[in-house]
Amino acid sequence: MIIKILGSGCKSCKKLESNTKQALSELSIVAEVQKVTDYIEITKYNAMKTPALVIDEKLVSFGKVNDVSEIKSFLE
Amino acid sequence: MFKYIADTILYSWLALDNANHWVQALHFFIYDSLKIGFLVFFVISLMGIINSYFPIDKVREFLENKKLYGLEHLLASLLGAATPFCSCSSIPLFIGFLKGGIPLGVTLSFLITSPLVNEIALVLFLGIFGFKVTLIYAIAGIMVGTIVGLVLSKLKLEDHLEDWVKKQLKEKMDQAAFKDVRTFSERFSDIKSEAVDTFIKIMPYVLGGVAVGGLIHGFVPTGYFEQYMGKENLFAVPISTILAIPMYSNASGVIPIIQSLVAKGIPIGTAMAFMMAVVGLSLPEALLLKKVVKIRLIAIYFSSVGVSIIALGYLFNLVL
Repeated sequence: MIIKILGSGCKSCKKLESNTKQALSELSIVAEVQKVTDYIEITKYNAMKTPALVIDEKLVSFGKVNDVSEIKSFLE
Repeated sequence: MFKYIADTILYSWLALDNANHWVQALHFFIYDSLKIGFLVFFVISLMGIINSYFPIDKVREFLENKKLYGLEHLLASLLGAATPFCSCSSIPLFIGFLKGGIPLGVTLSFLITSPLVNEIALVLFLGIFGFKVTLIYAIAGIMVGTIVGLVLSKLKLEDHLEDWVKKQLKEKMDQAAFKDVRTFSERFSDIKSEAVDTFIKIMPYVLGGVAVGGLIHGFVPTGYFEQYMGKENLFAVPISTILAIPMYSNASGVIPIIQSLVAKGIPIGTAMAFMMAVVGLSLPEALLLKKVVKIRLIAIYFSSVGVSIIALGYLFNLVL
């Protein structure tokens, strides 16, 4: 499983990243978490606001920092 | 109420002399920080709630498939005014709109108005300059977005998009639509944490602006600027517009300074042109846009917005 965090490196992207990692460890899923900061890449996923979350090449959320339980629901 | 708090702290508790310049500056600082801080927090929370129920993908949906013979520019401009602006999101938003089939000119109408008429600027104007000036500012900002976007759409500027953007626009897109079915109490923690974050982010600008405003208020004699930048000085409006371009900052930091400048004799039209240029013509914004459009389009965009701002500045000086 590959998870991408889209965003230009602002504070909320880091928060989203740490929430994601926590969700992964709580579900004991092993996944690669990548940060995507390049606008060309970000817009390819049709995210209109950052931060955004992409799981296995599918955009699941954008424009907000999801909390751990919400990320868990995406992962399951 | 806020004046009462400032009075109490300075004159009753600390028994300071209200003829002293430093005390006057301090009084202004306490009064304005309290008032502005309170207003800003209120508006941020309100916008957070609206934003949670009417997110940007809904805005786009609303603008898609709308052929209104020019009125779609006004609609885009109005929505731009109503949507909280963050320069970090302007590129994804720009591309997202274009991908949704919204014409470039309409997208530009949205992008011009969004920073120009933002909720924080409006509420500060309301608190400081009153209802009439605020309404005029809002209408003027929305008109700039509408008209400039409309004019730019006639120029057929699609060629000036960067190549990677053109390439992406050709690709088919699957509409990302997320239904948010949470109740208000479930949304509440999101809204709250975002409001607190925004508040913490902009308050340093507000306090900085109020501090500078307070010093001007305390030390600069009333009417001081009139001799240099009065209404009869025709260069004042363009000069303040140009001076504002490199001064990108949060609107919340600029308005308290403007308040003091107006109190010391700078005409309101000149001050408003400055204000609009600070938020609407920013260098960081241009550098961001540079990634999606060619330099020529940026030049056209900036000069047409700039000319409109200068024209409005003269107009305000005449009528207000």
